[in-house]
Amino acid sequence: MITADNLTKAYGSQLVLNINHLEIPKGQSFGLVGNNGAGKTTFFSLLLDLIQPSSGKIVNNEVEVSASEDWKPFTSSFIDESFLIGYLTPEEYFYFIGDLRGRNRADVDALLAQFEDFFHGEILGQKKYLRDLSKGNQKKAGIVASFIGNPEVVILDEPFANLDPTTQIRLKAIIKELAASEGVTVLVSSHDLIHVTEVCERIVVLNKGEVVKDIQTSAETLKELETFFGG
Amino acid sequence: MFKHFIRLQWKSFFRSSSFGKGIALKILMIFFGLYMLAALVITGSGIYFVLQELFPDQSPMWTLNQYLVYWILMEMFFRYFLQKLPVMDIKPFLIVPIHKSKITHYILGRSGVSIYNLFAIFFFLPFAIVLLFKGYAALNVLLWLLSIFAIVLCINYVNFLINKSDKALFVIIGLILTFYALDYFQIVPIKEFFGPTFHGLYAYPLAFLAPIGLAFIVYWLNYRFLRNRLFLDDSLKTKKQEAKSSDLAWTRRFGDIAPFLQLDLKLIWRNKRTKAQVFISLLFVFYGLIFYTQDIYANMMPMFAFLGIFMTGIFLANFGQFIPAWDSAYYSMMMSQNIPLRKYLDSKAGLISVSVVVMFLLTIPYVYFGWEALAINFGSALYNLGVNIPVILYFGSFNKKRIELDKSPFGNMQGTSGTQFLIMLPVLGAPILIFTIFHFIFSVEVAVAVLSIMGIVGFMFKNKLLDAITEQYRKKKYGMIAGFKEKNS
Repeated sequence: MITADNLTKAYGSQLVLNINHLEIPKGQSFGLVGNNGAGKTTFFSLLLDLIQPSSGKIVNNEVEVSASEDWKPFTSSFIDESFLIGYLTPEEYFYFIGDLRGRNRADVDALLAQFEDFFHGEILGQKKYLRDLSKGNQKKAGIVASFIGNPEVVILDEPFANLDPTTQIRLKAIIKELAASEGVTVLVSSHDLIHVTEVCERIVVLNKGEVVKDIQTSAETLKELETFFGG
Repeated sequence: MFKHFIRLQWKSFFRSSSFGKGIALKILMIFFGLYMLAALVITGSGIYFVLQELFPDQSPMWTLNQYLVYWILMEMFFRYFLQKLPVMDIKPFLIVPIHKSKITHYILGRSGVSIYNLFAIFFFLPFAIVLLFKGYAALNVLLWLLSIFAIVLCINYVNFLINKSDKALFVIIGLILTFYALDYFQIVPIKEFFGPTFHGLYAYPLAFLAPIGLAFIVYWLNYRFLRNRLFLDDSLKTKKQEAKSSDLAWTRRFGDIAPFLQLDLKLIWRNKRTKAQVFISLLFVFYGLIFYTQDIYANMMPMFAFLGIFMTGIFLANFGQFIPAWDSAYYSMMMSQNIPLRKYLDSKAGLISVSVVVMFLLTIPYVYFGWEALAINFGSALYNLGVNIPVILYFGSFNKKRIELDKSPFGNMQGTSGTQFLIMLPVLGAPILIFTIFHFIFSVEVAVAVLSIMGIVGFMFKNKLLDAITEQYRKKKYGMIAGFKEKNS
């Protein structure tokens, strides 16, 4: 589904990302871990064509992302709060995203109904603009918005940060279900090793822009990661 | 303790992000500030002679006092929008060992020296000096001046008390309109009613105690009010508007651009700065009155062309120059979403077109000053529609400065860069130049026709032009995303 080849990103003389070859097959739930500055967000930004690669390319479902925009209809993402439109209510935001992805109100409402648990009554019908919601609730809205319109690739940057324990557990279930049943490729980055190992079939560790580990998740994975990061 | 506060204030001013702006912008802002002050000082010192001219049979002091009631109301009106008590700044002090009463005095005292109060000083002080030169009794003038400053402080503190409710605003507007109407239709002579009251402050020196006493009372009310509410969940809470969802169903008829049109309308209506822009634009309809009514301009057709382009294009200029920076806060989302960029631009163009048409309709009454005014405004409107809209959208692709939407609109230079000054040249300069040339060589009719035809031609090629502009936006995408991400720029 997603292939990165000879992908580098440099700012001045500093190389922040250098991936020789990385292939993510369709339907895989893919986890990206690494310390601050490891290049996780850089990789996602490249994948979304928000920044330009210094060399190499990323191909998403046979579309080279920096050359054509045809990857947009089947790719959705939530990177941070800057993906939200602060002066809209959550409902309006969902409908707006629905409009962009060819879903009418009824479709969006049907989808939102599935996430009632996840929202925990704090998102819909609150008479609040997104900018006035707490960080955690903003995140919930952003994550669910990225599920609108049956995307084939879902990219979530640090989805677990700022969420309360109940929501974290629910989110894990949602991501697992998404990756398992619908053949959706899910890309998740996280600082929380426990969450990623639980959710992802495969974990790639980035360190200073390079892939240093590429693991198929197993019972020992968490231990392995802890040893790696624990030094 | 106050020394600490003042030192912090000093640092916050000189280290603020707006202060660290580009040198060009800084110089421009300083010039603008100086210009404002100079304008106030000149008006202040000149008003004596103007009033003498206008009302030769009464003392200028008397005349000015008659109008003070309107000044107070207008000032209340403007301050309602512009001035807020800077309560948020004191959050960090709550958990350090400083008495809350001191913190309260600090923020209230600080607002006493706010720029809004300085305006009055720069106006009334020169006026008072002129009075002294004209032989008014020195003691009386000085005490009157003191009273005026006390009134300014009253306005300052009353504003904070009433700022919490919209009702107060309507009361102020209501008072202004009623007073003016009563005066105008000579039902109740408001001016003559209030004139002696304010003049009394001059005539009876001891009367100055009244406004000063009043200022103390209002200060004390404010103090008591605030002191008891220095809690995070009370007056220190940022006000959250209750959101009103609206689906703007009527926009559906615009087809593909409907989602963006809805977004733009909400953008404008739900954010302070954009909302202020709409009101300011509407106010500029009256700009023409300044020029049309004066004989010197009666035959200056290029001036009329300037007015035409300016009045029908004010929203185009104000709003258009910052496209797409209005969407800067979530621009990376827009760029990674399934968004047809062309539709996005179409929607902006549509919105601006509507504004041009509305502004033109509003300027129709100027036909009173001659058919040329109407004809020129019409030609200008067409030119704005056909030529200036693509031009301003094109230049928008050079915008790289982020705009924080919820920041106050007043004196907010966020998002401003060299681009903005560059934009104004072709948008405002080109049509006036074209008009002037054709007017000079041929006639007004030809000049209007040329502007209109250029507009119509531009309109015919609208699709082609917008396609080219879309391509330009695509090319500049990465720079824009990176630029919009930089806060404090």
